[in-house]
Amino acid sequence: MQLGNVDVSFTNSATFMAIAVITATAIVMLGMRRHSLVPGRWQSIAELSYLFVANMVRDTIGPEGRRYFPFIFTLFLFVLAGNMLGMIPYGFTYTSHIIVTFTMAAIIFVGVTVIGFVKHGLHFFGFFLPPGTPLLMAPLAVPIEAISYFSRPVSLSVRLFANMLAGHTLMKVFAGFIVSLGVFGFVPFVFVFALTGLELLIAFLQAYVFTVLTCLYLNDALHLH
Amino acid sequence: MELAAAKMIGAGLAAIGVIGAGIGIGAIFASFIQAVGRNPAAAGAVTQMTWIGFALVEAIALYALVIAFMIMFL
Repeated sequence: MQLGNVDVSFTNSATFMAIAVITATAIVMLGMRRHSLVPGRWQSIAELSYLFVANMVRDTIGPEGRRYFPFIFTLFLFVLAGNMLGMIPYGFTYTSHIIVTFTMAAIIFVGVTVIGFVKHGLHFFGFFLPPGTPLLMAPLAVPIEAISYFSRPVSLSVRLFANMLAGHTLMKVFAGFIVSLGVFGFVPFVFVFALTGLELLIAFLQAYVFTVLTCLYLNDALHLH
Repeated sequence: MELAAAKMIGAGLAAIGVIGAGIGIGAIFASFIQAVGRNPAAAGAVTQMTWIGFALVEAIALYALVIAFMIMFL
């Protein structure tokens, strides 16, 4: 589907992103419909996920992280839903595409840097010289700090992308072995069974690590070490 | 030598990099088990950092894998 010179067709990626957004929104909103003091099952899910992310934000950023909490919560649920949707048979993992993860990481990086500049002005460049380093080491320390700062969006995006890609590739490779081995196919079957469990853990863990690192970068920008 | 052969050799060499991640993950969980063994009450506090550390180390293994894939297919 073309719009002028641009391809705007509604891809697999877009479909599953829409599914993820609708599912996450539905679970949280419908779960909190009957907000009773003693939560039922869906309300517990919504409350637990809220508490999980809220504690994470409070532990890493402190009290002024509260204004960024909606963004962090959205980010966490988006990445988590993206990872988990890929575990459903015939599901599509939109987080296994480098362009998706890189866009998210780039937006976070630019946003955090802008927040740092807005809050601290040009003093933000003092971030690159950690307090307590002797001034003689500055020509060595500042480039190293700068390089590691600019490697943040790269590492953030590649970590999520490579984890999702490698996990699914490994599962597909071993699933192929099941069919080709015939009778002895139960050996790769057990392995794929265990690997699926590991993939579920990795899906949750990578969503958590993505969010926690975003909170830590935000903390760096707000508090300058 | 031909390009295809060189690509395969390059990918194989790049995959050696995951050794570091293996040692790293072992080190992380070894210190986690030691810490919980010495002080079981600290289990809650160190568990969170253990999983963050594990994900960061695993990322290095996957960087090596990405480079291997890039050599093989790009």
